[in-house]
Amino acid sequence: MSILILADHDNGQLAAATLNTVTAATEIGGDIHVLVAGDASGEVAKAAAAIAGVSKVLTADAGTLSHGIAENIAPLIQSMAAGYSHLMAPATTTGKNIMPRVAALLDVMQVSDIIKVESADTFQRPIYAGNAIATVTSNESVKVVTVRSTAFEAAAAQGGSASIEAVDGGADSGLSSYVKSELSSSERPELTSAPIVISGGRGMQDGSNFAMLEKVADKLGAAVGASRAAVDAGFVPNDYQVGQTGKVVAPDLYVAVGISGAIQHLAGMKDSKVIVAINKDEEAPIFQVADFGLVADLFEAVPELEIKLD
Amino acid sequence: MKVLVPVKRVIDYNVKVRVKADNSGVELANVKMAMNPFDEIAVEEALRLKEAGGADEVVAVSIGPTQNQETIRTALAMGADRGIHIEAPHEVEPLAVAKLLKEVVAREEPGLVFVGKQAIDDDCNQTGQMLAAILGWAQGTFVSGIEIRGDTAAVVREVDGGLEHLEVKMPAVVTVDLRLNEPRYASLPNIMKAKKKPLDSMSAGDLGVDIAPRLTITRVEEPPAREAGIKVSDVGELVDKLKNEAKVI
Ligand SMILES: Cc1cc2nc3c(=O)[nH]c(=O)nc-3n(C[C@H](O)[C@H](O)[C@H](O)COP(=O)(O)OP(=O)(O)OC[C@H]3O[C@@H](n4cnc5c(N)ncnc54)[C@H](O)[C@@H]3O)c2cc1C
Ligand SMILES: Nc1ncnc2c1ncn2[C@@H]1O[C@H](COP(=O)(O)O)[C@@H](O)[C@H]1O
Repeated sequence: MSILILADHDNGQLAAATLNTVTAATEIGGDIHVLVAGDASGEVAKAAAAIAGVSKVLTADAGTLSHGIAENIAPLIQSMAAGYSHLMAPATTTGKNIMPRVAALLDVMQVSDIIKVESADTFQRPIYAGNAIATVTSNESVKVVTVRSTAFEAAAAQGGSASIEAVDGGADSGLSSYVKSELSSSERPELTSAPIVISGGRGMQDGSNFAMLEKVADKLGAAVGASRAAVDAGFVPNDYQVGQTGKVVAPDLYVAVGISGAIQHLAGMKDSKVIVAINKDEEAPIFQVADFGLVADLFEAVPELEIKLD
Repeated sequence: MKVLVPVKRVIDYNVKVRVKADNSGVELANVKMAMNPFDEIAVEEALRLKEAGGADEVVAVSIGPTQNQETIRTALAMGADRGIHIEAPHEVEPLAVAKLLKEVVAREEPGLVFVGKQAIDDDCNQTGQMLAAILGWAQGTFVSGIEIRGDTAAVVREVDGGLEHLEVKMPAVVTVDLRLNEPRYASLPNIMKAKKKPLDSMSAGDLGVDIAPRLTITRVEEPPAREAGIKVSDVGELVDKLKNEAKVI
C-alpha cells in the first residue's frame, strides 16, 4: 500500500496541517509520499522530506501550480494516482478545493474531514456540525480522503530523510487565473495550531474592542478567533471564523468572550481541552460546554484578566 | 444566460439533531426541514444577477424524495423562475449528485451553476468541485464576492489565510460562502405565485445516472459528551483555576 499526500503550502512554507495528515496516513499504514505542487517551492520540498515517516517527496514545479489552482493540480494528481491506495490532503481550504475535483476525475467518492482511522478503508467523520459521528467504509479502488488536522497529532517535522524526485507539472487548463490575495498578517500563532485561542463574538460590539482580546492573547501567546456574527459584522476578517463552516480548532485552552455558543460555533471548538466562557447571560448555551464559566460583563472582565495574568 | 441553482433539503439549522437509538443514522421523523442555508445564499445571488440584467432565467434543482419539491417551491417563492425535481429514493452522495447535475447542465446549458459550499447535514463540501471536474469547467469555491466581466467571473474566495481573488472562465461552477449576501424572505404573494411556476419532475433513472452509494455508513453515534464544568465567581478565581487546576496557562 502507498499513500500520496498533497502538501499544503504557500511556496515558501509547509502548512502545519500537512504534519497531522502524515500521522493519519501512518495510522492507515504503508509507504507515505508527499506531493509538493507549486512554483519555486524547493524549501517546502526540503521541509516535507524531513517529516518523520515520509519516504518520498515528489515535486511538481511550474508557474501554473503557483497558487493552488484546482483545475491544474487535480489533473496532475489524477495522472499520478495509479499505484496509490489513498490520496490524502489536510481539510484546509486548499485541500477542500482540490481533492473533490481529484475524486470526481477518478470517479470515486471522497471521504471528507476524517477524525479517526479505524482501518485502511474505514474512517470516522463528523456530520451535522459534529452533533453526530459517522463511521464510513469506502470500497473505492483508491480512497480520496481529507483529514481534520485537530484530530491527529502532528508528525515530527524533523527526523525523516525522504528522497526528492521531480515530476512533470502538467499543462495549464486555461480555466482559472490567480489575481491577488489579501492575507491577514499577524505575529500571533496560527489559529488552527495555536495552543491557546481567545475568540470574540457579537458581544464585543465593535472591531476596535478586539484590541482587548489581543492584549490578553499577547500575554498568553494565543491566537485570536471569532464567531460568525463577529465576522459578519465586520469586526474582524473572515479567516478568524471558528465553527462548522469556518476553522476547526482544538487548543489546550479556548476562551470564548461574548459568544452565545450556537451549534455552528461549538462545532469548531468543542474538542478543545479546556474551555472558558465569559458571557453576561448566565443562560447562554456556551456555559454548557465550558469547564470554567464566568458570568460577567466582558468589558470589565477582559481588562481585569489581562492585568491578573502578570 | 441561465443560472442553475441546486438546492438541498436538510434538517433546519436551528434543530438539535438526535442520533437514532439503533445507531443507524439521525432522527428525521417529525423534524423541521429547510433549504440548506448556503443554497439560500446561492438562490439570492442568482436572483440579484438576474435583477441586475446579468441573467435571464434562474432554475432551481433538487435531488431527493418528493418532499424536496417544497424546497424547490421555496426557491421559486424567493423568485426563481422554474424548478426541476429529480426523484431519488435514498440519500444521494455528492458524486452522484454531481453526475445528475451534469445531465441537467447538458439539457439547460446554464452559464453559471451556483452551488452551496457545504450541505449542513453531510458536511461534505464536495458537490460543486465534483460537478466542475466532470464538466471540465472552472470552479470558484467558497466565494464571498462575484462580478461578471464578459465571459469571465471575477470571484473573491474565503481561504484560510484571508481572501483570494481569481478570474474563472465561464461557464463555471461557483460555490457560495456565508458572506456573499443576505438572502431575502419570500413574501406571501410570492409564495402564492410560486405555486403556479413550472416544476418538472423526473427520476434519477430517466437521466441514466447510477446513484448507488459508494460509501457505507456502518454506524452513527453521539460525539463524546463534555463533562459538566463549573461557574467561577470572579476573574481572580478563573486565573487561579487555569494556573493551578487545569494548568493551561
Ligand atoms: C449555515 C450556517 C453556518 C454557520 N457557521 C458558523 C460558524 O462557522 N461559526 C460561528 O461562530 N457561527 C456560525 N453560524 C452562526 C451561528 O448560528 C450563530 O449565529 C453565531 O455563532 C452567533 O455568534 P455570537 O455568539 O457571537 O452572537 P450572539 O448569538 O448574538 O451572542 C452574543 C453573546 O454575547 C453576549 N454578550 C453581549 N454583550 C456582552 C457583554 N458586554 N459582556 C459579556 N457578554 C456579552 C450575549 O449574552 C450573547 O450570549 C452559522 C450559521 C449558519 C446558518
Ligand atoms: N440532493 C441534492 N439536491 C440538490 N443540491 C444538492 C444536493 N446535494 C448537494 N447539493 C448541492 O451541493 C452543495 C454542497 O453539498 P455537499 O457537497 O454535500 O456538502 C449543496 O449546498 C447544494 O447546493
